[in-house]
Parts: sequence; C-alpha cells; structure tokens
Amino acid sequence: MTFGYTGKFLEVDLSTENIKEIKFDDEVLGEYIGGRGFAAKILWDRLGSKWETINPLGPENTLLFLTGPLTGFFPGGRICVSGKSPQSNGVVGSTVAGEFGVELKCAGYDGIIITGEAEKPVYLFIKDSDVEIRNASHVWGKDAKQTVTLLTKECRGLLKKRFPHYGEWKEPSILYVGPAGENKVRTAIVGAKWTHAAGYGGYGAVMGSKKLKAIAVKGTGPLPEVADMEKVKQLTQVICEDVYENELWRRWGTGSAGYEVGATTSSEPIRNWQEEWHDEKSFGVDKFENRVWIKPYWGDFGCPTTCLKIAMVKTGRFKGAITDNPDYELQAYLGTNFGIFTPEENVFLSSLIDDLGLCGIQTGNLLGFVGELFQRGILTKQDLDGLEPKWGDAEAFAALARKIAFREGIGDMLAEGTYRAALKIGEMKNVDVLQYAVQCKGISLGAHGIRSGKDYPEIISYACSVQGGDHTSVACLPLDDSRSELIMIFHDSAVYCYFNIFGIPRNLKFEFYKAVTGLELTQEQWVNTKALRILQLQRAMLLLGGPDLKWKPKIHDENPARFYEPLPSGPYKGKTVDKAKFEEDKKRYYEAVGWDENGIPKSMVLRKLGLEDADKALEKLR
Amino acid sequence: MTTKKEPIWIARDFSKCSGCRKCEIACSLFHENRIWPEASRIRVFMLVPGLEFPHFCAQCEDYPCVETCQVKALSIDSKTGAVLVDEEKCTGCAQCIDACPGRVPHMHPTENHILICDLCGGDPQCVKVCQEGKWNVLKTVSKKNYAYKLYARTPEEITQDLAVKMYGELGEEFL
Ligand code: SF4
Ligand code: SF4
Ligand code: SF4
Repeated sequence: MTFGYTGKFLEVDLSTENIKEIKFDDEVLGEYIGGRGFAAKILWDRLGSKWETINPLGPENTLLFLTGPLTGFFPGGRICVSGKSPQSNGVVGSTVAGEFGVELKCAGYDGIIITGEAEKPVYLFIKDSDVEIRNASHVWGKDAKQTVTLLTKECRGLLKKRFPHYGEWKEPSILYVGPAGENKVRTAIVGAKWTHAAGYGGYGAVMGSKKLKAIAVKGTGPLPEVADMEKVKQLTQVICEDVYENELWRRWGTGSAGYEVGATTSSEPIRNWQEEWHDEKSFGVDKFENRVWIKPYWGDFGCPTTCLKIAMVKTGRFKGAITDNPDYELQAYLGTNFGIFTPEENVFLSSLIDDLGLCGIQTGNLLGFVGELFQRGILTKQDLDGLEPKWGDAEAFAALARKIAFREGIGDMLAEGTYRAALKIGEMKNVDVLQYAVQCKGISLGAHGIRSGKDYPEIISYACSVQGGDHTSVACLPLDDSRSELIMIFHDSAVYCYFNIFGIPRNLKFEFYKAVTGLELTQEQWVNTKALRILQLQRAMLLLGGPDLKWKPKIHDENPARFYEPLPSGPYKGKTVDKAKFEEDKKRYYEAVGWDENGIPKSMVLRKLGLEDADKALEKLR
Repeated sequence: MTTKKEPIWIARDFSKCSGCRKCEIACSLFHENRIWPEASRIRVFMLVPGLEFPHFCAQCEDYPCVETCQVKALSIDSKTGAVLVDEEKCTGCAQCIDACPGRVPHMHPTENHILICDLCGGDPQCVKVCQEGKWNVLKTVSKKNYAYKLYARTPEEITQDLAVKMYGELGEEFL
C-alpha cells in the first residue's frame, strides 16, 4: 500500500442501498494521484463507453468525493467533488475547503463513490467503518445554515448515545446541498460549513438528483502513515513561515481585489461585463474590513493563511446578514456585476446565495446576464414575473435568486444556467442572446477578464480549458507555467489549497508528495505524462458530451462574444481580444497538448499515454 | 521557548480562534507522532461555523477530575500543574469526564484510557503554533491564584457565549 492513502474507497449505491469498500491498485494511485485525476479515471472506466448517453442528473451518473494523498498533510485541507457535470457534460474537479477530507481519511477512506438514486431524501452518516443511509426528510427544503445546525445536533446526539463514555463529541464534518441542489438547479453547489462551496461543475444538482441531502463524517483514526514524517514537518514549516510573512494576503485574502481588479487591471465584470473598470472607492477593502468584518482570520484544517473573514451587516435594510466576507469572486459577481458597490448589499447577497445553496459565480453571472437582457428590453417585467432587475437593485436580484433556487416561474428556465437559459430565451424571443452570455462550454467565467491583458494574460485561458470558464484551471503556455491547467491538476489531484504555495519554490509540492507517499515525481514527468493523461481524459469526455448538448471545438473553443468588443472605459479603453491572435494561440496550444487542428486529441498521443479506449471513442469525432 | 519550571497556565481568547486546527495537529504529533485530531488533547469544536474554539483542560484549582478517580490514575504534575494520566492504571470508566465542569477529558480513540492536556511538560506545543501564526488565541502565562475553573465549560456553553459575542441577538438562535 502506498503511504499517504488509507487504501480504501467507500462505494454506496443509493438505489439498492448496497454499501461496500473497494480498492485500487497502487499503480493507479501513482498514475492518477487522487481528487481530480482519480475522478477522470473512475468516470472514464465506469461510464466512458456510454458517456454521450449519460444524463448527469440521472441515476446513471456517478458522484465522487475524493481526497488526495496530500489532504490533511499539506497546509490547507480540501475535498474534491466530481462526476459528470450538468454544466459542461464533461468532468470538473471541484474542490472545497474544510475538514471533510481529513475526517474521511481518519475514518479510513480515501474517497466516496455514490451511484444510483435514493427513493426518498437521505443523508449518509459515516462513523469510521460504520456507514448508514439515514432519512433526510426533515432537513429537505432547509437552507444551508439550518441544515448544518440540524445535522450537527442530530449526529452528535447519535454519537453520544452510541458511545456514552467517549466524552464530548466534536461535530462531524458535513457536505450538503441547499434548496437549489435539491431542485436540480444547474448552478447549485455542494456546501461545507455555512459558506464554503464546490461551485464549478454544478455537483449540488447531482446530489439533489440522487436525493442525497448531505454526508456527515466522523473519523476517529489518525491520518495514514507517511513515508517521512520529519520531512513533512520540515516542509510544512517552510510553507507556513513563508505565508506568515505575507500579512496583506493573510489579512485581505483575495478580497482586496474587489477594488483593485476593477481600478487597476480593469478586468472585473461590471453589469454583465459591459465594462471591466470601476473606480468606486466605496468598494475598497477598508470599507469591508471596518464596516462588516466580525472575525479577521478564518480558515480550515492546517491552514496558515486563514484568508477568510466572517462578515455581518450591522446596519440598514440587510442588518443581520452573515457570511464569510465575500472574496474577490463574489465581490465581483454579487457586487460589481449587478452594478452594486456597497459592502452591505454585497454581504447580504452572498449570505442569501449561501443559504439557497447556489454558486455565487455561476449564479451571479446568470443574473447579470438577465440584468442585461432586461436593460436591453429583451426580457420584460412581465417575462420576469413582475420583477425589474435594474442595475444596483440588490432586492430585485435577490428575488430572482430565490426564484431560481426554487425553480419558480421564470426561475425554472433560469435554473438551467447561463448557457442553457440563453438557448431557451433566444428561441422564445427569437433574438440572439448568446452574444451576452459570458460563459464557455456551459460553465460561466470566473471574474477575471482577458481584454486588458493585465490580469489573465492568455486570451485562450477559458476557450481551451477542459473546465470551461473555471478561473482556477486555465489554459496557458508553456504547459509547465505555474498558472497552467496541467499544474492546477496537481493541486486538485493531491487535493490541498493552492493559496498556500504562492511564495514557495515550485518544486516543493513534489518534494512534499514524495515525503508523504515515498514516490519520486518530477515536474517534467508530471506535466508531460501524468497530468497530460488526465487532461486528455477530461478533454475526451468534454467533447463526447451529453444527451442535451455537445461541444464542437471549431465553434466552442472560443471566447464569449463580449470579449471581442473593445473595453468602453478605464485605463485600457479600446483594448480587446484580437481574433487572429486568438486563432494563432489556440493553434499553438492544440499542438502543445497534442490535439489535431480540429481540437481532437491525436490518436498517436493518446496511444502513447496508454489511452487506447479513449482513442477509439474519439474516432467518431475525427 | 524554554520550558517553564513554575506552574503555568494557557490563557485563551476564544473569539480570535481562526479554526486552523494547527493546535490539534501539533498536540497529536507531539504525543502520538501522527496527525490525529481525535487523539489531540486540545480539540477545536465548531458547533456553529465561525465559532471555532479550542477545548482543553483549564487546570482547575481543586482538580475535581483527580479527586473523583477511584483508581488514582490521575495526578497533578508538581512542576507544571498539569493533570497527568497514568495510562496503565486508567480503566476508561469516564467518571472524570462527568466530574469535570467542562466535560473536557475524552477517551483515546483506540486505547482504553482518558486524554487530558499534560501541558507538554511545560512547553505547550499548541501555544507555539498558535503564536507563530499570530492568532494569539493561546498564550502561556505563569499560574497565579485565580479561579481558572471558570474556564472549564462545556462546548455548548462556550459556543452559546461566542455566538452572542459575534452575532449579537441573532446568536441566541444558532444552537
Ligand atoms: S492554533 Fe490557535 S487559531 Fe488555530 S485552531 Fe488552535 S487555538 Fe484556534
Ligand atoms: S478542566 Fe476538567 S480535566 Fe482539567 S483539571 Fe478541571 S476538571 Fe480536571
Ligand atoms: S499544552 Fe500540550 S498537551 Fe496540552 S493541549 Fe497543548 S499541545 Fe496538547
């Protein structure tokens, strides 16, 4: 058995209620590592031969919760959620911070594989090797805060009853869905704590489709044995000492960017990306810090950065709203993107989005899109059930978010996410509204524009990514650049928070991997072989698509139309993406990763990586 | 930090706790040479997200746990003032848990004996990491003649107070 792993996975079939433990060969662990890499491998092996026919929201989808060998050891614990994505029809490795991955490993499992669908709402309760499927009817319909509170109480009660002599039980770690996930909204998250989200991919909807409200896990064992504990301690110290020096990053996290990215790099979504520049000092970091923060450092297992903050609105209409202080993404997508520039309104919207179990990025993008259609008179008050989402009107956007989460009225159509809603609205109104949809392959873009060239410099960032608009996994050259998707695959497969690596030598993560697993891994091996193999599998599944949508690289390896409009304001006014340059860059990227001129992974490349069956499956697309 | 000779106490400022759980990692590495949150003598509770705090022994001035133990498995370290567990003698009867006003002790998850903070012999590892990270929740101080027992409180009681401190009136509803 390889160090760093428990060696066991838990598999639960919700249709038959069959629960079993399974194992993977050491060789597979070594090649695919864990998390995102493992997700690609498991999904391909199990569903690859019929991928196109699999409905992500049907019982045939497989839902995964995967740790990696570094989870719990490398500072900043996370868990990777995956499956066939109801957004892209491909595979997204969607990670969320918290103790879940650590508890799971301490319970003796490297991951959980969920198949089938329950008849009635259920949750899983795992206490070491005791695994139960429990009734969740009483928490179905509950929001994030209520769900976590109720299940924490219930599970602690069970532990206390079953182990009366243990002493006080710490809470189990819980992953859950809110109402949006239950209602299979494609922008629904898998949540942790009250505020953390695995957003990209839409796996909250997959959990909802399986009627799986939550998973609670309490592991009482130690983390698995490692190859060299002294080395793990020493490398941890190197990372922490570096992080502790970076006080501004610790203090503000990504939150300082809500002002900076708009004012300086001019790449922040404003009113659905009609602009990317603002100079609203009312949205500066000091305003958040001094008006709404009630805890300045908040973090998850083993994290030296603790970049989160807890925020609460203290005054005005939205008094009492609580959330983690909106990070950059949510300051942008639930703030500037709606023409909102006050911390209070931004915190209120973030808190509501948490409660509903929606993704702030995907839903903020979707609502911004609706805002623009309203601005243009394409969607009217009548279409929107009497609502008028004017820029700056937090209440109107909040009302729409609620409709989406519960699929009420217009919310039912919007719950399909920006891309699918755009197709429907376009048909209904007979207008091309896709030009206003800022997304890529069904996944809305993170809040980093590419037009100014000062933030995300690569104009193929999203167009060529196997995770579409995911801003944490973008395409770039050279392939071993620290921002490259192939490097991100390492973080997402070893499963830890990459916010803790900014100041440390690039090789340290591979040294850490060796200290934990005992296995040698060089950056070259990783990028040219292992990561590339994972990338090809993700690309293959993305292109094979699903029953409702398929992507054609010629059409869909493309930027949103908006990015070809010149920036209308700010220091980079007039700048835009040059289409000819984009085509050139795309061609270079295709060549570097081994895709043919049509964007299909080349036969020779796949065979060399040992992916013969993927090669065969892609034959029909060539 | 040098090991203190006189009795010490770990001052605690719960509302600053980041929830990083580095204290759990440090404590379990020191005592078990594993990362093992449940075997840590200091445990970070999160009954309400955002209200994390470390739960560990307060070295009550009258040591009710030591008093209650029938088999004399618990004793007081004359050097540091910590409660020491004799792992051989301890029968795992759990009476010290009931005797403790904060229900602080808990069972070792795999061995049949209780776990109580031993102050690491005078050089608390949890304090070290909490200080390094500048969270300043934990701080070693000299033990004086104070009512330390007031800090021996159950996770529910501590959470309830923190909820009100952080969230005001709203905090009353969260448990
Ligand atoms: S090390 Fe300090 S801040 Fe971190 S969890 Fe422990 S007490 Fe809280
Ligand atoms: S806090 Fe509890 S365990 Fe510590 S001395 Fe007091 S009674 Fe004993
Ligand atoms: S002082 Fe030592 S034994 Fe006590 S909680 Fe801290 S690390 Fe654990």
